[in-house]
Amino acid sequence: MDKPIKVKARNKKGLTTIRALMSHPMKVAKKGKPAHFIQTVTCEHNGKAVLTAEWGAAVSANPYLSFKFKGAKSGDSIKVSWVDNKGKNATVTEKIK
Amino acid sequence: MNSKRRTLLKGTLAAGAVGVAASAGLLAPRTVLAAWPKAAFGAKGVDASLTALYGKGSAADSKSIKIKAPDIAENGAVVPVTISSTISNAESISIFVAKNPQPLTSSYALGSGTQAFVGTRIKMGKTSDVVAVVKAGGKLYTAKKEVKVTIGGCGG
Repeated sequence: MDKPIKVKARNKKGLTTIRALMSHPMKVAKKGKPAHFIQTVTCEHNGKAVLTAEWGAAVSANPYLSFKFKGAKSGDSIKVSWVDNKGKNATVTEKIK
Repeated sequence: MNSKRRTLLKGTLAAGAVGVAASAGLLAPRTVLAAWPKAAFGAKGVDASLTALYGKGSAADSKSIKIKAPDIAENGAVVPVTISSTISNAESISIFVAKNPQPLTSSYALGSGTQAFVGTRIKMGKTSDVVAVVKAGGKLYTAKKEVKVTIGGCGG
């Protein structure tokens, strides 16, 4: 639980695979307690959005996300950020291996 | 009385969100960074949710979408799901759980170089079909896979 987002990015033959693990409770609303979950996850490469994820409360706690994209090379940086329904947010920038 | 008030509030909020989405759609093309689709996530059925998300409630069955998910999930709170597709120019992928109270779990807008591939972990209340919808070239394609759940995970 040290980092809000752990990102592993690896480039293989021009195809970059991103794996991200976020630490968040992702609570469903129940018994009068409000829901608390990540709504939007944005992944950017060189300032260009490569993936925008919109989530409901039905994504598991400590969410995992993986996807692949073309057009990046090793050494480039990838920015992953999330915003939850209470307005909290976190951003991590990681180098592509 | 209180619950009625809640329903009314929800209804008006949802209607408002649809209105905003529609007007935004008329004024400008949908960008990758769109507002969180509240109506789609609150919808009670897959078709209703699809309509709120993409503007149409039906999708064509497609064999080019692969859903990788366990046949039996012991813990419904954490069901790993991977959607991949060979459909070219995919713009968006959404994952639904047909029998969840709110079927839409997540929706992904893909950038131009992004592959039609998304992996995540979702919650499932009970045994149900996992439905994947891929949008490409203005059309919707869908595929589904049943996942048996032994312990439901929507109470978390």
